[in-house]
Amino acid sequence: MLLDAVPFQDTIGLAAQLIRRAMPAMVLIPLGAAMLSPILAARSPRAARFFGGGALLLNFFLSLLVSNLVWWQGPIHYHFGGWAPPIGIEYSVDAVGAMMAPLVAFFALLSFASASRLEKEWTPSHGGAFQALYLLLSAGLMGIVVTGDLFNLYVFLEISSLSTYALVAAGEDRAKVAAFRYLIIGSVAATFWVFGLGYLYALTGTLNMADMAERLPAVIGSRAAVAGLAFIVAGLAIKMALFPLHGWQPDAYTYAPPGAMPFISAIMAKVSAYALFRVLYDVFLKAGPAGEALELLGWVAALSILAGSVLALGQRDIRRMLAYSSVAQIGYVLLGFSIGNAFAVTGALLHMVNHAVMKSCCFAALGAFRAKTGRADVDGVAGLAKEMPWTAAAFTIAALGIIGIPPLCGFFSKYYLIRGAVQASAWPFVAVFGVSSVLGTVYFFRIIESLYLRSADQGAKREIAPLSVIAPALLLAGLVLALGVFSQDVVGNFVPIIVGAGGPS
Amino acid sequence: MSAFYEIANYWGVAILLLVGLHGMLARPNLMRKLMAMNIFQVAVILFYLSFAEKTGASTPVAPHGLLHPLAADFINPLPHALMLTAIVVGVGTTGVGLALLVSIYRRYETLEEPELLEKMRRENA
Repeated sequence: MLLDAVPFQDTIGLAAQLIRRAMPAMVLIPLGAAMLSPILAARSPRAARFFGGGALLLNFFLSLLVSNLVWWQGPIHYHFGGWAPPIGIEYSVDAVGAMMAPLVAFFALLSFASASRLEKEWTPSHGGAFQALYLLLSAGLMGIVVTGDLFNLYVFLEISSLSTYALVAAGEDRAKVAAFRYLIIGSVAATFWVFGLGYLYALTGTLNMADMAERLPAVIGSRAAVAGLAFIVAGLAIKMALFPLHGWQPDAYTYAPPGAMPFISAIMAKVSAYALFRVLYDVFLKAGPAGEALELLGWVAALSILAGSVLALGQRDIRRMLAYSSVAQIGYVLLGFSIGNAFAVTGALLHMVNHAVMKSCCFAALGAFRAKTGRADVDGVAGLAKEMPWTAAAFTIAALGIIGIPPLCGFFSKYYLIRGAVQASAWPFVAVFGVSSVLGTVYFFRIIESLYLRSADQGAKREIAPLSVIAPALLLAGLVLALGVFSQDVVGNFVPIIVGAGGPS
Repeated sequence: MSAFYEIANYWGVAILLLVGLHGMLARPNLMRKLMAMNIFQVAVILFYLSFAEKTGASTPVAPHGLLHPLAADFINPLPHALMLTAIVVGVGTTGVGLALLVSIYRRYETLEEPELLEKMRRENA
């Protein structure tokens, strides 16, 4: 049939079919590129850089197409080898997945450019390794988002974790010790996940999320279901770096190579939070032990918010401060899931996106400061606003966003979270949100003061920060502003579908 | 007594888990921590293989000519397949861990945690 003979409706249908078929490529493209890029890098590092960037760009477009199709026609399922779910492995993208997939692909693409540039001392063979690890990490995180199979999720969890250990170890000397600790704790977390999954598999005889959701209600009262869920929640809480299981995170964030940080800081914890969301909301349907787990997690999250904020106050190293701030911010997301009404879940999902943008903007700006001065502590950035007005402005916008100043995006996710807490009459949690905002103001204003009001050390080392390092920070700062200004559209158009599909009433 | 034998495997799982946890938390040597992590992972493998067992069932290979194999006659092969994957993941993790230990040792010339922390602190000062 000639192409112009196909009616318009059919063309759309054909495109939709194509996208459905191509959905697993969101994982396969970065995975394949990770295998090829070291070979390519041995011949020409430059070509490998463009190849990796091209693969991630393609992946980003594909994830946009997929999420558009999900918003338009509902969840997409892909059965591997044509085996239907209880037997075969499936990939499925629902409305929440359609929000996460482009988020992962976007950050993978965005920080790849500056990462390759920052890691230029990693000469040919090393450069290939860096890109391969980076692409593997993207594939693993994307896999966690799209898979509909719980054991498959474990494999992707380990793919992303192993590549993160190696990426972190590539930083300064101390990074190797930090990476080793992270490896031990991260493996314990992943083992907890498989162990808990073992209980659930023994109870239900299935590994598919949707199938397990159907079979679980019959056995929900069993103690094995409680034990299984407890192990899974503990494992993911370590991966999310919730207080008091956050011990690995500050060191890993501080000593990791700056190029990989905007991606790791933005996405790692969010993807684990998303996995927890799926287990509690989609598999357990908030019933039985999941309800109790959510109640308990609310208090853990509140503790995490307070402890993270207080610990952030005492840090001189900005990277370490941002890491503790992440411990607090992931608590916001979890507290939203725990409160569980439509406002709170809206706020939590919105905060996943918003915090990813804001925190990665902070790290990108810090990477630029560091490229200029070689330092990353509060005194090291003194007076930099005169020399790098744009980057300093980007950092300030992101910091104000995290504090929650309107019209920046952080304000709106906090607004929905607090509104949800008020609706649930959870007054202690309302107080926690308030106190943490005040603490956030204190620890971020130290840096803003240092940037703008103090004068630079005379004779301090100064180099030129490359544009490819500054550009992502500026772009992200623009996003912080845009997501805030157009917050009504984001919430109005996307979140009702997500909240409708995600299960909370 | 027979009740004990029936769950003896699970006692084994619990003991291995605790040995692994103790090793990771209490041992100062990083190499021992890595080995303890391996023991911890092995506990999970034993756990999966134990619940795949059925009394009186054989290996899941249908003999030639058997037309209607009954699921009750064979043990569940899926947990074994899953643990094959888990073993591969464990080997990968151990490999990365050993590589990190080699580079830590080259840099600091020790794998004892207190000594390592002391050296790192002295360098920082």
